[in-house]
Parts: sequence; C-alpha cells; structure tokens
Amino acid sequence: MSESGTSAVAVNTPAVPGPRVAPISGVADSTAGVVNGFFEWFGSLGIFSWRVFRAAVTPPFEWGELVRQLDEVGSKSLPLVAMAGAAIGVIISLEARYSLTRFGAKSMFPATLVYSVVQVMGPVITGLVVSGRVGAGMGAELASMKVTEQIDAIEASAINPYRLLAATRIMACILMLPLLTLATDACALLTGWFAQAMVEPLSFQQFIASGFNGATFNAFMPQTFKTAVYGLIIGLIACFQGMRTQGGAAGVGRAATNSVVLASLFLILADVVMVKFILVFFP
Amino acid sequence: MATAYDIAVKQAEPEQDAGLPVVAVDNLHKAFGRQKVLNGISLSVSRGETLAVLGRSGTGKSVLLRLIIGLETPDSGTVCIHGQSIAGLAIDQMGEIRKKMGFLFQHAALYDSLTVAGNVAFPLVHHRRDISRSERDDRVKQLLAEVGMEGNLEKMPSDISGGMQKRVGLARALALEPEILLLDEPTAGLDPISSGEIDDLILKLQRERKMASIVVTHDLHSARTIAGRLALLDKGNVVIEGTFEKLQQSDIGFVKEFLKQS
Repeated sequence: MSESGTSAVAVNTPAVPGPRVAPISGVADSTAGVVNGFFEWFGSLGIFSWRVFRAAVTPPFEWGELVRQLDEVGSKSLPLVAMAGAAIGVIISLEARYSLTRFGAKSMFPATLVYSVVQVMGPVITGLVVSGRVGAGMGAELASMKVTEQIDAIEASAINPYRLLAATRIMACILMLPLLTLATDACALLTGWFAQAMVEPLSFQQFIASGFNGATFNAFMPQTFKTAVYGLIIGLIACFQGMRTQGGAAGVGRAATNSVVLASLFLILADVVMVKFILVFFP
Repeated sequence: MATAYDIAVKQAEPEQDAGLPVVAVDNLHKAFGRQKVLNGISLSVSRGETLAVLGRSGTGKSVLLRLIIGLETPDSGTVCIHGQSIAGLAIDQMGEIRKKMGFLFQHAALYDSLTVAGNVAFPLVHHRRDISRSERDDRVKQLLAEVGMEGNLEKMPSDISGGMQKRVGLARALALEPEILLLDEPTAGLDPISSGEIDDLILKLQRERKMASIVVTHDLHSARTIAGRLALLDKGNVVIEGTFEKLQQSDIGFVKEFLKQS
C-alpha cells in the first residue's frame, strides 16, 4: 500500500484470455444466409422458368435444335436405360420369387413383377438414370458455354438463348422420358421373365397374360406418363444450373454435379406427390 | 498514298448528314455489389464514326459495351440506339435492335461445337431463312474471304489460333450487315504483326461499310490507327474525349501518364 492509501496496480500483467464462445450473431448470420440463398435459388428458378415458357410458346420455333435434342436425350439414352431395366428385371425376379414362394403365392409372380416394374421401378429408375446422364451432360455443356461467353454471343446475335438452348432441351426431356420408360419396362419384364423361366418353365405368352390380367388404363398409363414431369424437372434444373454458372472450370463442375443431385432429389420428391395424385384421380 | 492514320483523321471529320447519334449513352451508372464500375458515363457515336474507349484494366470498358448491346442492365442512365431507349425491352424486342449490331467478344466466343463456316453461318441460319442454302454458303465464304480466313471453313475453333478466332468472330459479327459494330479488345493477346493486321482489317471494313463503331482497347497505338475519336476512362468516368491531338495537348495528369506509359 502506498502512502496515499491506494493500492499500486501492476500495469504489465498480461490479460488472461477468456473462454471461447461463438457469437450468437454469427450463427444467426449464417442461418439467414442459408435461408436467403434458398429463397434466392427458388426465385431465380421461377424467373428462369417463366422466361423459358414464354420463349417456348412464341415463334420462331427452333425445330431443328429440338430434333437434335430428341436424338441426344432419347436415342443416346436408350442403351443405358435398357441395361438398367434389364438389371432391375432380374433383381426383382430373384427377390420376388423368394418372397412369394415363402408365403405360398408363387402364382402371383407375373403380376408382382409387372406391377412392380411398370408402376414403381421402371419410372423411377428411368428418371434417375436419365437424370445422371442427361442432367450432367446438359448442365456441363451449358455451363461451359456460359463461362466461355458463347451464350452471350448467341444473345448478341439476336437469338433468344432461352428458346434455342433451354426450351428445346426441356421439351426433348418431356417427350422422351415416357418413351424411355416404356423401353425400361420392356427390358425389365423381358429379363424378369427370362430369370424366372430359367428356374421354372413359364412361356412368355403365359407370363404376359397372367401379369396383365385385369389390368386397366389407370393401372399403368398414368405411372408411365408421369415421367414427363420427371423430364420437365431434369431439363429445367440442368438448364437453369448450366445457364447461371460462374467461376470457370470449377463452376462447370459444380453445375454438372448440382444438376444431377438436385434433379434426382426433386424427381423423388415429385414422385411422392404424383403417386398420391394418381391414386386420387386414377383409382 | 494515304496512311492508316490519315484515314483515321479523315474519319474524325463530322459527317455532313450525321443527324442523331446512332448510339447514345447518357449518365450510365453500373455497380457490381459494392464495386462501382461506371459512374455517370455519357458518350455518343454517329454513322461512319469510330470511337475508341481507352482506360486501364478494370475500368469498365467492356461493361460499357455489354450495356450498349443489352447483355447487362444499367443501375441508372439510358442507352439509346437510333434514338430508341433499350431500357425495359423484352429479349425478343431487344433482338430486333441487336440485328443491327455486331459484337466481337474479347476472346471471340466462337461456338466450339460448330466449324468456322458454321459459326459465321449461325446468324444467317436463324435470321435469313429467306435465302437458299447455296446463297448462305456463298455469303459465308465471302465474309471469311474478307477477313482472310477463306481456307479454313471446315476447321473447328480449337484448331485455329487466337488471332484467327478473332477474324472468324469479326466475320460472324458482320454476317447480318450491321449498322453498329462493337469491338471488345480486338487486338488483346495478339502479337504486334497480328494486331496490325486486325487494325488494317477493321479500317478497311469501316471504310467500306460506314458503320458506327465503338472499340474498347487499352492499346493506344491501335486506337490511334482505327479511331477518329478517343475517350479515356478512369474510375468509371470519362476523363477526356476527343481526337488524339486533344489528348496529347491535355494538362490532366492521368492523361499524360496514360500517354506516357502507352
């Protein structure tokens, strides 16, 4: 204690650091950023969709490019969906035979295979396979065009890029997905029958007659045509991701990846809604 | 015999029938996030006139061209083409105006899935459906011959050099016989000989076609060769506009420094 009665204070004592605590404001900012990004993405998708729709319904129509895209989406995806369908047919055949035999319902095998493939597996597998092949390809192609200013060059040449690039690709996906689904279903049923026939004699005629016995339009057609919605999702997401790309090669990679991931995700979510819709309106 | 510079000086003389400017930009402002790129630019170009826009890298020269052709939207200010404001026009309406404009991108922006001939034919395929295929092919050959690329019709863009890509890009920009030509750094990245060839080509085309041209460049020598009027940008503003002699006589520090370093 000094003569004045006050204590001398040590001025050179190092401060003891307190415990580390993440500021609440930082977490709130991050959350706000994520929420903002979420709504910004959907808002931009909405604006993009409107521009594409308006371009698609106003002339001049790009028939040549549409035909080229029908070939790109349809013909070139056919071998892949056929192989996927063939594999699915064998898998379902093996699994279903085991389960049905266990429960004494072996005679239900043809109907089980047909309904499983046509109502559920065929559309979903087709959608996911095409989403991977076409979604990634379209997303990467358009992203590459975006970062090299080719899309700007198209627009500067007084050509509407939404009409030439996006609308044609989306229309091609919408038109081709149901046809590709039919191809998947056909291959799956063929290989499913073949896998069964290898174990137990069953003619193809008998298989088809038994499998489609009592089938109605509502049992199969809505499930096949719903894949047009899958096509819309795949085409729209891929074109949107591609045409808004930034950031060079890394951006192209992100666009391709995001196209596949988001298209697959939305496709599955849409299927949940559409299944319910079909059950209500096509009982 | 008249030199390239003599021709450029001649071009600086006002046209007797100039009338309204073909391209008029008034008080343009543009920012990307917090970065202010253009801070109240006003410029105009008349028919048969060539304006070179100079400045340091990153001063918004390319953005100015993109605003004029409508690839970007200004934050404020107006862009008028033949007296018509392009603000708020839908993409198809803007397309009608763009048919009168040709744009050469800095890196040519050729379509990498099409051949050289396919690239030049692209605007004709979409906008000149009235002409036959053979007429279109003849027109493509003529355009490529004008730019010295007539022997490379079937080559892909990846098979030709940067200078050759610029020539093809220029031929494509001229396909619809535009009244307005916008050139973004036409000689960037080229060697001096190739740059000179591109400059001579641009001069020749301007002499023959009497287009209103805006050339963005940081190459003062090139600007002197092909333009009758120069505008120097700095920090988003036009520091000085006029002939090269006017720039040389200017007392503005930035102008002196730019001329000294060029």
